[in-house]
Amino acid sequence: MSSRPASADDQFYREYILDHYKNPRNFGRLEHADISHEENNPLCGDVVGMDFKVKDGVIEDVRFHGRGCAISQASASLLTERLKGLSLDDARKINKEDVLGELGIEISPARIKCALLSLKVLKVGAYGLAGDDEDEE
Amino acid sequence: MYDVAAVRRDFPIFDNGLAYLDSANTSQRPRQVTGAMMEYFEKFNSNIHRAAYHIAEEATERYEGTREKVRAFINAASTKEIIYTRGTTEAINLVAYSWGRANVHPGDLIVLTIFDHHSNIVPWQILAHENGAHIEYVDIDERGELRMDQFRELLGRGPKLVAFSHVSNALGTINPIDDMVAQAKRAGATVLVDGAQGAPHHGVDVRALGCDFYAFSGHKMLGPTGVGVLYGRRELLERMPPFMGGGDMIKTVSTERTTYHDLPWKFEAGTQAIAEVIGLGAAVDYLNGLGMQNVRDHEREITEYAYEALSEVDGLTMFGPPPSRRAGVISFALEGIHPHDLATIADRDQVCVRAGHHCAMPLMTRLGVAATARASFYVYTQKDEVDRLVGSIKEAQRIFK
Repeated sequence: MSSRPASADDQFYREYILDHYKNPRNFGRLEHADISHEENNPLCGDVVGMDFKVKDGVIEDVRFHGRGCAISQASASLLTERLKGLSLDDARKINKEDVLGELGIEISPARIKCALLSLKVLKVGAYGLAGDDEDEE
Repeated sequence: MYDVAAVRRDFPIFDNGLAYLDSANTSQRPRQVTGAMMEYFEKFNSNIHRAAYHIAEEATERYEGTREKVRAFINAASTKEIIYTRGTTEAINLVAYSWGRANVHPGDLIVLTIFDHHSNIVPWQILAHENGAHIEYVDIDERGELRMDQFRELLGRGPKLVAFSHVSNALGTINPIDDMVAQAKRAGATVLVDGAQGAPHHGVDVRALGCDFYAFSGHKMLGPTGVGVLYGRRELLERMPPFMGGGDMIKTVSTERTTYHDLPWKFEAGTQAIAEVIGLGAAVDYLNGLGMQNVRDHEREITEYAYEALSEVDGLTMFGPPPSRRAGVISFALEGIHPHDLATIADRDQVCVRAGHHCAMPLMTRLGVAATARASFYVYTQKDEVDRLVGSIKEAQRIFK
């Protein structure tokens, strides 16, 4: 009954997004983390939290935890890969275009908050910036 | 014989192959409803109750005419007991602010249920916080039905207010409201029923029910957004202070004091949602034309069909009671697939299905899930739409395999 032909190459749920969802990188908690922060998406209940170990201004280690849809969890997994070993100065420069670009798929307005939840954790948690919705929209 | 194909022809939104399974969220509107609203805009657009020219008389007549239609629809004793609001949420807030602030005192108990909608929880939390009352929630059992033993136990503690939904929006559970209202009244409580998922699908006879307040929304019963109804027993409404002050709710105003208008206008401050009220009247006419018994029967048939179809899907868990005791709402979870991902995949098949916490976060916490997917049905739902949902679920399972 589907109006759209079934296709193995799914535009939205690309293989590597599903891979990051099913096999999240850097998943779990860090003991004695220097920074821990968690955010949720009140619309859907998605949760992402991150723990950071920081030494000499460099993110030595990072782990994320949470639950939610493939977009929010894959986005967090991808972000942690990028953050590991990055200086805080460089991490500070990560913006929403970077995160969406890394996902590499078209995100509908309804799902944009899922995609950017992990960036919000990074910003609010690691930089003490107040959640700035305009900036993330 | 109920002709769902004929019903669908009244709903232009279905002209392009949309499968709409989110009527518990908001229903679609037939041409008869939008037509009635358009007629107001194009032929007698004017303000009600105050202008002395003929189009305003026409507008006032239609606006007040809806009140009688609603009165008859829920079998209230008088149109004085039918208050227009913006929706169920405002109706419940009206009671919480007006009745609640005058009647709920420190130490008083308010009894709610764990699967109430946020609109029937948050106003009472605000009230309890201000007035020093406290809230207890009736839990559900494994089948998603209220634990009546606990309900009775809480009634034994003499609650000031008992408020619960007619039908759970998240689980579809039809509460035994006749019994619950009777017990709560016997315990001396004031009783509010959140009928947002009740009256539109099952109808209601508020006099037979015997509740003090019953709230529902126009947009969940084929009417427009922005209009809803608070039914209140006249005796209570007469004693309640106004909710909002302003134009139209007064008799006289001086610099020192105001005397308030009679019921129901005492609670309708400011220019009202005139077109929406007229649309609501057309929606009531439309439902009456179908016959509420037919509406119920059709929904039961679709619900049984969907329950059957979904129970055959591997890795799918349904929440809530069996179809015989549930309304046209089915909440479910898929193993390894988040509801949002399912909803996105279904959307590309033109299948609208809800994903989220359904404004029932205490229930989601109770069930131990962050969100569920939810399919809900109404007068226009056909089996083909359920089949298409099952197709989308299988597509999601293929992608996430």
